[in-house]
Amino acid sequence: MMRKYFIDIYKTIWSILIGMRITFGHLFVPAVTIQYPDVKPKLPERARNRLYVNMDDCIGCLQCEMACPVNCIEIETVKSLPTDDLGTTSTGQKKKLWVTKFDIDIAKCCFCDLCVYPCPTECIKMTDVYEFSEFDRNNLLYNFVTLTKQEVETVKAKAAEFEKEQAAKKAAAAAQAKAAPVVAPAQQSPPAQPS
Amino acid sequence: MEQILRNILDNDFFVYGIMGIVPLVWIVPYALFAIWLERKISAHMQDRLGPMRTGGWHGWSQTIADMLKLLQKEDIIPAAADKTLFNIAPYIIFVSAYAAYAVIPFSSGFIGADINVGIFYIIAVTSLAVVGILMGGWASNNKWSLLGAMRATAQIVSYEIPSVLAVLAVVMIAGTLSLQEINNLQTGWFWNWFVFQKFPFVFVAFIIYFVASLAEVNRVPFDIPEAESELVAGYVTEYSGMKFAMFMFAEFVNMFAVSAVAATLFFGGWNSPFGEFLSGPIWGVFWFLSKGMMLVSVQMWLRWTLPRLRVDQLMYVSWKVLTPWAFACVIAVGFWMML
Repeated sequence: MMRKYFIDIYKTIWSILIGMRITFGHLFVPAVTIQYPDVKPKLPERARNRLYVNMDDCIGCLQCEMACPVNCIEIETVKSLPTDDLGTTSTGQKKKLWVTKFDIDIAKCCFCDLCVYPCPTECIKMTDVYEFSEFDRNNLLYNFVTLTKQEVETVKAKAAEFEKEQAAKKAAAAAQAKAAPVVAPAQQSPPAQPS
Repeated sequence: MEQILRNILDNDFFVYGIMGIVPLVWIVPYALFAIWLERKISAHMQDRLGPMRTGGWHGWSQTIADMLKLLQKEDIIPAAADKTLFNIAPYIIFVSAYAAYAVIPFSSGFIGADINVGIFYIIAVTSLAVVGILMGGWASNNKWSLLGAMRATAQIVSYEIPSVLAVLAVVMIAGTLSLQEINNLQTGWFWNWFVFQKFPFVFVAFIIYFVASLAEVNRVPFDIPEAESELVAGYVTEYSGMKFAMFMFAEFVNMFAVSAVAATLFFGGWNSPFGEFLSGPIWGVFWFLSKGMMLVSVQMWLRWTLPRLRVDQLMYVSWKVLTPWAFACVIAVGFWMML
């Protein structure tokens, strides 16, 4: 009993000294802290952060929109006229559609990376930007479309007109086939959608 | 210093007023600096950096910013609290901490009051803190506060005994209770310091005093009165703003007070460790403060090394370990003195 008392005291003092040696040693160990805004940690190679869409390469195939599990991507396309030349993507594909709307609600985005894989032209991708907090949630709705509002409207009007003409032609052709046109063909075509 | 002031002012009132304020000139910057230092030490011991931004260089002005924040904070008094006691408790604690500085010799030229019962006076007034703690805990009308205050009282009262006995060993060698006299007896090289006298009994007494003083100022590993994980913040739970700051300030003032007493009793106080080298009243202040700060740093070092004791372990350490060993030291030193 008495022996244990002394052994306890000895052990206590000894373990305190060991502990003090360890903490003193750690005083001179370089800190692991990364001083964030000044120093940024190196991200892993395939880190998933903010999405970016390179609109020059987008062909409006809607595959990313369909792949998105949380429906945060919204795309709207308008057919181009045969006379229009939209150019080609960097992968050499010919662009056939005007992309009039390409919105990503990054507030909804779950950073799953599923939209990136289906893209045939590799135009939607994850960047290493992660500092995009906002005071207003609406600011997190990113518009990637490069067309201006007027351009979108003209494109839509043109497409509607073209469609109308096509429909008129079709109707005319049909009427000619029937050889007995009763109704004016223009009235049968669907009314142009005001955008 | 008292004589110089008397020659200049020729008015007792102003002389004592200035003498009373002089320690504050050291204490206030010390407390601000020590809180920052403690945060830095704790951070680096855990491989962190601690405050780095405020003020530019390693966050040196963090505590100043904290103090300004605390000054602006709303002073909340709980509805169920006893307002009078609640309000005066922090000041009683601070007064008891500061009163000790009246007899601490900062150098051969400065001591607030060179009374012949100096160390006895310190022991007496520092235990007054118990009254403030119990007052604050009880007046808060909060179970955490009350439990913390009860624990603090039990702890401080228990640990007074070994610390006083350890001091007694030194007093027996010195043959005086005056702190200035005790310092004078340790003049010369560092082997004249009492901690190296009658080896190892006074050294053991120093260890006992140091451990007991940790408990008296409620520092880890004896911080059970404010054990965060059990009692929120113990007796300071209900305090906010400047009253909380006063508790904090008093804690750091107390830390330096017990370190200063340990430095005076065991490490030669304002004496230079190297005989005549850099000695004198001005250098005395330097040696005294650096010895005190050294012990304060050890307190911080221990704080970030050891876990908190259980209440039963606390009582075991006091009554079954420190007190018998302190008695043994007193008796051994007594016999040595008779030889």
